Amino acid sequence: MLSVHLILFLVFGAVAVAGAVNLLVQTHPINSALSLIAVMAALAGEYLLLGAEFVAAVQVIVYAGAIMVLFVFVIMLLNAGVEEHTKGSRVAILLGVPGMLAGTLLVAWVDLKYSGTQPVPVGALPGAPRTIGLLLFHEFLLPFEITSILILIAIMGAVVLASKPTAAGGPAKKVHD
Amino acid sequence: MPIWVYIVASIIKSALVLFVLLTAVAYTVWLERKVVGHMQNRWGPTRVGPFGLLQPAADGIKFLFKEDLTPPHVYKPLYIAAPLIAVVFALTSIAVIPFGNSITLFGYAFPLQITDVNIGLLIILGVTSVGVYGVALAGWSSNNKYSLLGGLRASAQMVSYEIALGLSLVGVLILSGSFSLREIVNAQAGHFWGFIPRWNIFVQPVAFFCYLMAAYAETNRIPFDLPEAETELVAGYHTEYSAMKFAMFFMAEYANMITVACLATLIFLGGWHGPIFGPPILQALLPVFWFCVKIFAFLFLYIWVRGTLPRFRYDQLMAFGWKFLLPLAIANLIATAIAVVW
Amino acid sequence: MVPLSYYLVLSGILFACGVLGFLIKRNIITIFMSIELMLNGVNLSFVAFAAHWHALAGQVFVFFVMVVAAAEAAVGLAIIISVYRTRETLNIDQVNLLKL
Repeated sequence: MLSVHLILFLVFGAVAVAGAVNLLVQTHPINSALSLIAVMAALAGEYLLLGAEFVAAVQVIVYAGAIMVLFVFVIMLLNAGVEEHTKGSRVAILLGVPGMLAGTLLVAWVDLKYSGTQPVPVGALPGAPRTIGLLLFHEFLLPFEITSILILIAIMGAVVLASKPTAAGGPAKKVHD
Repeated sequence: MPIWVYIVASIIKSALVLFVLLTAVAYTVWLERKVVGHMQNRWGPTRVGPFGLLQPAADGIKFLFKEDLTPPHVYKPLYIAAPLIAVVFALTSIAVIPFGNSITLFGYAFPLQITDVNIGLLIILGVTSVGVYGVALAGWSSNNKYSLLGGLRASAQMVSYEIALGLSLVGVLILSGSFSLREIVNAQAGHFWGFIPRWNIFVQPVAFFCYLMAAYAETNRIPFDLPEAETELVAGYHTEYSAMKFAMFFMAEYANMITVACLATLIFLGGWHGPIFGPPILQALLPVFWFCVKIFAFLFLYIWVRGTLPRFRYDQLMAFGWKFLLPLAIANLIATAIAVVW
Repeated sequence: MVPLSYYLVLSGILFACGVLGFLIKRNIITIFMSIELMLNGVNLSFVAFAAHWHALAGQVFVFFVMVVAAAEAAVGLAIIISVYRTRETLNIDQVNLLKL
């Protein structure tokens, strides 16, 4: 039955799949990055359909608004050009595309055939920030603290790895032509 | 109310709010030119219409008729998309901002807000985060080292100060208990000791200071407007833009200013609460009037600071954001949390 | 009404595109973006199952996946910058010697 829910799901899903395929097809990394941002925005729409409002907002703020900005910065800074096809990539395309296609079709067929048709209604599980916060700070407190330490380590690692090598040798050497 | 009434009302509200917002953007430019002019002991625009009030119209006509030149060396798709991204996301935030209580027409109560989402504040933060792309992509697609540097500096500045902006709002969220903007304003009703209104600026002054500084940096205004510094970067990320596309960046900047002013009014200055008196029609419109007065006051503060302060250097700017404002916002958050628990 | 399997199929398609990108692409940054695409596909799966079983823990786990993705993106991009500085190429087929 063609409900608005199904139409919205298909629209967001089509945008997500189109973005994912565009990421594969485009040669310049900046186009791939913008396609990935479109995928993330479509997924935020899907999360809203499932009622996960806080997760959708965090997806836009953190993933599309911060992590992808970082990717776009690096692409701009390193001035990454159009990528060329090598022998390895041709083999990978020849074997990988049919293989992945077959695998995905198999998984999709098994999934659609053997899982029930019990629908997930719109806004099935309202994920209000208050309830997620309570869960995060009561039952999931230990993973929360561990991820905070993880972020601290990531900050330190990123600062050290991306810093320019010092004049007295430093961690990196220029390649000789 | 029936669904068709809701849809028609939403369309009318969106059109009206968009029209008012675009006019407000144009007249904010006029206001800035007049106020900065008077601060610098000169008249602002005076020739076009009384008090120069038709100056924005003249500017609009000028932008429409200017030659829209696309340089040959730019990366065309992103060059054209970047100002669109900037202006679309600058105008989107207005959708969740409430201007007052409900108006009752034809038996239905219409809330003065295009849509009341219970994560309204998060949506505004999300839209601000995505608005950074307009600036970054404009800088890169112009294929010009000044634009690239300006664009990267501007986006790095915006991303850094977004964190301080968000954290300064969390103190207010603890006090009001909801992300919905209407709930936050309703939590500011009433008075302390009978005459001081229960506005969050009196309860969270440190948060207001952090928010103000972060807002100046987010909208790339003086004292944080290094990305547009004419003497250093030609014109920063919008060097290669002319006519309508430049006008879109301009509109996006002022629309961002208005959004930030609206948000400050709702969160810190009590929204539409103010003295209500008179006949019912006046009582329905007075909240909107108080809202506009508070936004005007905030914009006047913005323009006043623009006319007064010099600009920061880039490393001073980043150091201020990361080493002073962020710890201050976190300290405010901890202090608020402790105060609430006690 | 949308059955759960539709969400899972969408998640599977996104994950497959991520794996395909990881195998086909030769630019390090694009490979990294394919990893992010895989993580996004998995996030959709988590949220769909959380809605199906009415277990909010699924949404909390998405939160953790995003945090880990952010940390990994930061460190990974720093490594990419470092690789670019020393080898002056972003083509992964040319990053094949341990010592330059």
